[in-house]
Amino acid sequence: MGLRTFIAGWPVYRQLTGTDPLGRGVAAQSGRSAGLTARTETADRVARSVCPYCAVGCGQRVYVSDDRVTQIEGDPDSPISRGRLCPKGSASKSLVTSPLRQTTVRYRRPYSTDWEDLDLDTALDMIADRLLAAREQTWEDVDSEGRPLHRTLGISSLGGATLDNEENYLIKKLFTAMGALQIENQARI
Amino acid sequence: MAEAHPVGFQWVMEAKRRGAKVFHVDPRFTRTSAVADTYLPIRAGTDIALLGGVVRYILDNELDFREYVLAYTNAATIVSEQFADTEDGDGLFSGYDPHTDSYVQTSWQYAGHEQDSGSGHTAKERDGAAGLQHESHGAQVSGQTARDETLQHPRCVYQILRRHFARYTPEMVERVCGIPREKFLELARAWAENSGRERTGALVYSVGWTQHSVGVQYIRTGAIIQLLLGNMGRPGGGILALRGHASIQGSTDIPTLFNLLPGYLPMPHHADHPTFDDWVDSIRHPGQKGFWGNARAYAASLLKAYWGDAATPENDFCYDHLPRMTGDHGTYQQVLNMIDGKIKGYFLLGQNPAVGSAHGRAQRLGMANLDWLVVRDLFMIESATFWKNGPEVATGEIVPQECRTEVFFLPAASHVEKEGTFTQTQRLLQWREKAVEPPGDARSELWFFYHLGRRLREKLAGSAHRRDRALLDLAWDYPTHGPLAEPSAEAVLREINGYDVSTGRPLASFAEAKDDGSTAVGCWIYSGVYADGVNQAARRRSRHEQDWVAAEWGWAWPANRRTLYNRASADPQGRPWSERKKYVWWDPQAGEWTGYDVPDFERTKPPTYRPPQGASGPAALAGDDPFVMQGDGKGWLYAPSGVLDGPLPTHYEPAESPMRNPLYGQQANPTRKVYAHPVNSVNPSPPQEHSAVFPYVFTVSRLTEHHTAGAMSRTVSPLAELQPEMFVEVSPELAAEAGLTHLGWAHLISGRAVIEAKVLVTDRLTPLRVDGRVIHQLWLPYHFGYEGLVTGDSANDLFGITLDPNVLIQESKVGTCDILPGRRPTGPPLRDLVDDYRRRAGIVPGERPPTVTTRVRRPAGRSGDGPREKGADHA
Amino acid sequence: MPDGNSLYGPLDPAPDAGWTSAGPRMGFFTDTSVCIGCKACEVACKEWNAVPESGFDLLGMSYDNTGALTANSWRHVAFVEQPVPAGHRSAPFAGTPPDGPSGVGPQFLGMPGAQPPGRGTGAAERTDFRWLMMSDVCKHCTHAACLDVCPTGSLFRTEFGTVVVQEDICNGCGYCISACPYGVIDQRKGDGRAWKCTLCYDRLGAGMTPACAQACPTESIQYGPLDELRDRAAQRVTALHDRGVPEARLYGHDPTDGVGGDGAFFLLLDEPEVYGLPPDPVVTTRDLPRMWRRAGLAALVMTAAAVAAFVGGSS
Repeated sequence: MGLRTFIAGWPVYRQLTGTDPLGRGVAAQSGRSAGLTARTETADRVARSVCPYCAVGCGQRVYVSDDRVTQIEGDPDSPISRGRLCPKGSASKSLVTSPLRQTTVRYRRPYSTDWEDLDLDTALDMIADRLLAAREQTWEDVDSEGRPLHRTLGISSLGGATLDNEENYLIKKLFTAMGALQIENQARI
Repeated sequence: MAEAHPVGFQWVMEAKRRGAKVFHVDPRFTRTSAVADTYLPIRAGTDIALLGGVVRYILDNELDFREYVLAYTNAATIVSEQFADTEDGDGLFSGYDPHTDSYVQTSWQYAGHEQDSGSGHTAKERDGAAGLQHESHGAQVSGQTARDETLQHPRCVYQILRRHFARYTPEMVERVCGIPREKFLELARAWAENSGRERTGALVYSVGWTQHSVGVQYIRTGAIIQLLLGNMGRPGGGILALRGHASIQGSTDIPTLFNLLPGYLPMPHHADHPTFDDWVDSIRHPGQKGFWGNARAYAASLLKAYWGDAATPENDFCYDHLPRMTGDHGTYQQVLNMIDGKIKGYFLLGQNPAVGSAHGRAQRLGMANLDWLVVRDLFMIESATFWKNGPEVATGEIVPQECRTEVFFLPAASHVEKEGTFTQTQRLLQWREKAVEPPGDARSELWFFYHLGRRLREKLAGSAHRRDRALLDLAWDYPTHGPLAEPSAEAVLREINGYDVSTGRPLASFAEAKDDGSTAVGCWIYSGVYADGVNQAARRRSRHEQDWVAAEWGWAWPANRRTLYNRASADPQGRPWSERKKYVWWDPQAGEWTGYDVPDFERTKPPTYRPPQGASGPAALAGDDPFVMQGDGKGWLYAPSGVLDGPLPTHYEPAESPMRNPLYGQQANPTRKVYAHPVNSVNPSPPQEHSAVFPYVFTVSRLTEHHTAGAMSRTVSPLAELQPEMFVEVSPELAAEAGLTHLGWAHLISGRAVIEAKVLVTDRLTPLRVDGRVIHQLWLPYHFGYEGLVTGDSANDLFGITLDPNVLIQESKVGTCDILPGRRPTGPPLRDLVDDYRRRAGIVPGERPPTVTTRVRRPAGRSGDGPREKGADHA
Repeated sequence: MPDGNSLYGPLDPAPDAGWTSAGPRMGFFTDTSVCIGCKACEVACKEWNAVPESGFDLLGMSYDNTGALTANSWRHVAFVEQPVPAGHRSAPFAGTPPDGPSGVGPQFLGMPGAQPPGRGTGAAERTDFRWLMMSDVCKHCTHAACLDVCPTGSLFRTEFGTVVVQEDICNGCGYCISACPYGVIDQRKGDGRAWKCTLCYDRLGAGMTPACAQACPTESIQYGPLDELRDRAAQRVTALHDRGVPEARLYGHDPTDGVGGDGAFFLLLDEPEVYGLPPDPVVTTRDLPRMWRRAGLAALVMTAAAVAAFVGGSS
């Protein structure tokens, strides 16, 4: 920065030489203010999404910079929501970036009074073993008249109303093939 | 609606701006009431009495849209002479079987079809929550029916309706609901006026309607009104269910429900469906009209999608791999089974039953008695920490060192960290693009279940056990991508849509599904979402670039149709009812149906079409039968089958009520599902003694600022700070009566629990004058629990477990309680307080209240077998 | 160039502040007759502007747990429960017990405390009832005292005619806080600087709508050129009067009022005080020129006296 630019950037100089002699507007604008831009303008990418709260299905635009979500707001193109969001939808960025989110597997041993850490792969393997064991212990092949039952009543599941259709499809498909019948979700509640 | 679905409410405000009148009925004055034209406070649990009053008003004044009613509903159909109404049975219909507390539906059938229609005994259907199957189609009814087009026949539906609702007078509405008759008449008048060729009215309800022991019949009553007024299948009309979760519609369509398979195909029952043919025929009902005639193709194609190459016509497409129902396997039965030690492992997938389900204590005690529990969530929810922080730890009922449940908490990916479709409340599928990778160990359910399945199959490889066949035969080869090996959601959506097995070509619609194994379709009603190999749910053509129907935004099932049964938007001749209400119509020149939406009718079937004798399936529907998924093509004012607690809605008191039913001797729904389990109980209601121990009616619902059990809002600071504490709303009158002070503490006691809350004294709650006495109601949000940024006691802890018989959904919108000033006791004295109330109320663990409370003997010969009276009236 | 009305009276403030090629003045029109009190504005504002949390306190002020506009709440939804008839609408509680004589009880004015909202506990007075909601915000006054008193030039008038605190300049002196006739601008604890609504200055620069107005489900908060908004608001008042809502009135729309008109103005359904708004706000620097003139005069007199004394002393 040359001396001339430095002086030209000095508010008092601008106030005395510019159109804002009272120094309340253009002369008072700081460099930061002059350079401000909406972070949505400079985002690396925008994902078109849908609000995860109620079932109205409001359109969301998810703005991402440096692989971090920087803003989530209504999608004005949506014929359902016309770009609007309620307080919950408006809080979506805080939801997905909340410091309270759990990002590691937690494990509570039987009779333990606290959590411990567990590797994700190990957890998956332990769950698979427990599923097979529960299934084996509680398997019902046929009823008292020899008609097929092909099931286990030793396994339960609850959830799915905020999951994707594709996820629910795989959940139902896998549990059904396992013979696990007691698969339920919020639609029962 | 403004409270729980604010953005949807913009359309109500839009309608209001254009002159629509908005009525709001709610036990408490909410943000919706604040901007409604008329607010009607109502006693919780009495909606059928109110709506029945509207039905009576319409019929008495002959204000129905007669041309529509005659042509499009079953008003003219003649019902069996065996049928006896609740008028004759003091609140019971004919066919009641007191041994099973359920109906034999034979006498409800259309005349001449007593033996070949309906499902006969309904106890089994109740256990299977069979009502849910009808979300995409009506119940079965066969063949041609006798009709009286003059509506004069004493047994035609129209006349039965008149008699059934005759006593739902404005005076009775006032007596039952506490709604002044002038207020009621204002509603009835306005509703009836918005009917006919030029006008329509819309009915909007939310999840609360379903959470009653008569929930399905609430909605049935609404349907009767909307059919009588000609408001179905027409723009500006309809019954709009505002569902509460982003894809709760999707999770019913592609169900994670025990009694359903994708596309509302029933899960087979061990006794009724031993073979594939039995199963398929029970769905399609050979000889029946309508689109379920093709059920064999949908069923075969689903099994083909599940078991791929292993599924062949010769082995009935691996039908024997499907697990079989033997009774009620619903979530509440499961919880009781957990307490009884019958269940080993439990998965919670974005669900928080410790706070969100009725009878929170039962939920937590059940979870404390498992071998293992897997919780997949964004946050550390109450259902994951019950063994450590739950209220039962404070009372000593759960001791961490003695609680054997092994708990796995696995972090889940959020909605921006995965791609896939949500189905919103109007059946619209919208694809979400992935924005970022999930943090740390967080994974999508797609990832978790795909890799879990892969691992299970690896562990079982080579197994010769019969039980492992279904897992090993499973078509489970989805492509994965990226560093986490995320399965392709698009590949799954393509399977859901369905494809030609030999060429892989995605099907254009469910009409292409075959029953010979040549097509695989994961969910037939979603067929078309991947038509032409294009992800139709990802369409995002701006609303500015298309008409108001916006058919190119997302994709709606079925067939991208935005309004169901829209054939009814045209008159029987196929012309729009009016220019103003034009939507779908017959174009005689082109010889096809056309309009703004995808016609819900065979495109080239003219209005004049009459089916040939003996026709079945779609061909049996006439050119003026708009309700194409119904067995007779008609909108059902009267339901001869499908609804288990009566062909017509009847007001019953909630399972817990301070009042005797003013309409009938029958107090509560005689077919409601009750669990006689030591952990469960029902507060006494008249005619039982001691109902005064729990003198107040309480109801719960949502606040705008929070979401369901709070996991997605009490953890998010800009939301948590807006409603930071558990509170109870009471009227100034109740505050004075119970000694409560504004912002002071109070505790509420039911037969299950005691919870505490801060008191908000407000005019938004009002006492009601009901049947000569004053009833106080109080209101609580159900969002609070013991984890998160803001915490508080859970309102759902107060409820017991009583279910609607059709869908096994719990009554958690009305109960009785007592309220006292001050904080609740802590530790063991808390249970002592509850026990003291139970003792005073005469609650005996494991005992259920009397089911039948009628005062008169019903006419002989018309009902089911067995004794007529059970549980005599003690009043 | 400064106008004769630079400090008081009708004025287009952006050109007055040296923005020679300023576009139309932009602002908010908040129509409280369609507000559903959802607080989307509060949250959307916090999300966009990264405003910190303002505390987890149940205030007992109906559904308002924000309390006021503060450094950490730049939008604030007030809830007013009133036992008065709601215009053309039918009386919600008519006919419910106990049937007492109708009468207008005390109003809940949105002040925190142990008194319940509404009519109190007088059980005999249940009658009509309405629930008013209003999303309050910085008014972006034509004559903004906060700006006028700011010694550092942190507060400035933007090219959109709005008033913005520049966080890189503010030194936390706090002069602006006592100057604001609405009590809007506030110091943030631990930070010391003054914060308030910027009308999303950064978004405006990108041609976007402010976050609160973009989110608002019912178009209660409308953003646009102030002239257009004033026309629209006048039409809305007429429409409401025609529909039997005579109590509808505008607040802050008048360029001849004590602050030269607000850049953020409101349609209210009751007196401003009911919503916690001052009935007749006046820019606290209205008298600044006169004060300066007097100060100048006083200085002159003192100088003259000193000179006189000096001269006198020497004579």
